[in-house]
Amino acid sequence: MSENVDTTLAPKKIRPPSGRVSRLFESKWLGWVALAIAVAAPFVNATPYALNIMTTAAIFVLLASGLNIVVGYCGLLDLGYIAFMAVGAYTSGIVAKAFDLPLLFTIPVVLVMTVLAGLIIGAPTLRLRSDYLAIVTLGFGEITRITANNLAITGGPSGIFGIPGILKIGDFDFQQPAVFYYVTILVVAGFVLAAARLGKSRLGRAWRFVREDEDAAEAMGIHTYKVKLLAYTFGAIWGGFGGVLFAGHLSAVAPTSFVFLQSALVLMAVVLGGMGNMRGVVIGALVISLLPELLRDLAEYRYLAFGVLLIVVMLFRPQGFWPARGYEPERKPAEEREAVAVAGEQR
Amino acid sequence: MSAVLEVKNLHIAFGGVKAVDGLSFDVHAKQIVAVIGPNGAGKTSAFNCITGFYKPTAGEVLLKGAAITGKRPADIAAAGVSRTFQNLRLFPDLTVLDNVRAGMHLYGGQNWADAIFHTPRFKRSEAAYTEEAHRWLDFVGYTGPRGVPIRNLAYGQQKQVEIARALARKSDLLLLDEPAAGLNYSEKQRLLELCHRIRNLGTAIVLIEHDMGLVMEVSERIVVMNFGREIAEGTPAEVKANPAVIEAYLGRDEDGEVQSHGDA
Ligand SMILES: Nc1ncnc2c1ncn2[C@@H]1O[C@H](COP(=O)(O)OP(=O)(O)O)[C@@H](O)[C@H]1O
Ligand SMILES: [Mg+2]
Repeated sequence: MSENVDTTLAPKKIRPPSGRVSRLFESKWLGWVALAIAVAAPFVNATPYALNIMTTAAIFVLLASGLNIVVGYCGLLDLGYIAFMAVGAYTSGIVAKAFDLPLLFTIPVVLVMTVLAGLIIGAPTLRLRSDYLAIVTLGFGEITRITANNLAITGGPSGIFGIPGILKIGDFDFQQPAVFYYVTILVVAGFVLAAARLGKSRLGRAWRFVREDEDAAEAMGIHTYKVKLLAYTFGAIWGGFGGVLFAGHLSAVAPTSFVFLQSALVLMAVVLGGMGNMRGVVIGALVISLLPELLRDLAEYRYLAFGVLLIVVMLFRPQGFWPARGYEPERKPAEEREAVAVAGEQR
Repeated sequence: MSAVLEVKNLHIAFGGVKAVDGLSFDVHAKQIVAVIGPNGAGKTSAFNCITGFYKPTAGEVLLKGAAITGKRPADIAAAGVSRTFQNLRLFPDLTVLDNVRAGMHLYGGQNWADAIFHTPRFKRSEAAYTEEAHRWLDFVGYTGPRGVPIRNLAYGQQKQVEIARALARKSDLLLLDEPAAGLNYSEKQRLLELCHRIRNLGTAIVLIEHDMGLVMEVSERIVVMNFGREIAEGTPAEVKANPAVIEAYLGRDEDGEVQSHGDA
């Protein structure tokens, strides 16, 4: 009998939620607490330097939450994710400059372009097995950057600068650093929430089924290719919006911002934080984007320290700081369920 | 009675190996059909051809009269075929409930915008998914925990959940690949009773099984395969009496039960 037992399903240590710390982490208020901290931060330190770093970190969180859809939920290893941010940033920059529009109004074009980019890159590559997918996405990421580096419309190696601000109503300019920071926080919070909610839906489950066992998912009637393409497209949209914020933040876009290292850093945030768990990924993104700044005192050793830290985390928590936990509440006892049903009928 | 499944002259070869070599059989509504044969006879390959995981090199598969030959597995599942796998193919890190919800994917009931904005439609649909998942787990007699990752469960429980997931698909035809392998006596008895209850739902069952006692008791018709070919077909009594079957298969074992050879 024992030879029939599939050892790949043998119990692994995934600890059930217990203790005060994990209950705090699982609390539904945690998102609000994080948002409150982000809102309060400028009251503590509102120097241009601090605002710059916090805005950059928030954009990075958005990127990580988008890549988490692709890599964490759906299990598609994408090594060229930053290409979608490039598409978003260039599109909004070029359109805003050409028509002298506030960046806000470029969003519809950016949406169309990123969805197109997602479909164009995804449609051929998502038919591939996952190991090839990594290499092909890496290639597409580089192609995007090199293309931007060579085209006239993207401004070649020096890129485009003097991009208009996001919006100006009368005398009130949303481009002021503190205001821009709050706009960014709002947008990022919305996208992170949306991604987390997608993860807990029929579509999000389908992504996980594909990640866990593609054949079994197919056997249940899930069109795995379509589902993967959807994950990829959503990831692209998240990246595109990251690009709009990026273009607005710096009011300039250049190819050097979209090198492979950036894709790798976003991926690192996802893996380090805990693939598939949006809360973990947000923390991972904050660590990856803020730690180098905090380690600034170490001067040129800071990236070394950064690397060592990452290795240590991966050694002790190979699933990330805070992996997705596969637990949900058990069913309520029968009497309680009947009470609920009766109450439901009375309504 | 109209045929739910018609398999006509099915062939599939891997290099020189003719895994299925001209297999034909019908399954009628509410019928339980067993496919038996020694390991390597081509039973699982036949299932994979029917469900679209292998593209048959020749032959035809009809579901309720419509051809499904060579279609994508997801389309065949949508057309009304559901299956389990010889080696469990569950989603190990997901909860028991989520595993069953996989079978319910085609119910729809919500789209991505509903999910992002948590519309009433979304909440209703999620509640329905959960309730239905519990219902199927109850149906298969699953009594274990339901909110934990399935990799933490015992083998017998995992097999139950896999059947619950296939049933949640609400298909006209259920293919079970060695559902009793690795189960103890009382678990096999419960499986037998479960098969009858599934049939009463209006679902036809085709099962691959090595336990002859179980096969004789549960099935109305038996298809016997050897070396990719069908060597006999008929009622349990007919098959038992067929000399070709006795020689190729049953004759090897006095008490009528072939030793399990583990996974093929
Ligand atoms: N994907 C495959 N590639 C190559 N050979 C295969 C494949 N699937 C099955 N076979 C071969 O087909 C034959 C029948 O296998 P299978 O259908 O698993 O038999 P059974 O389920 O009756 O034990 C075996 O010889 C097996 O090695
Ligand atoms: Mg087999």
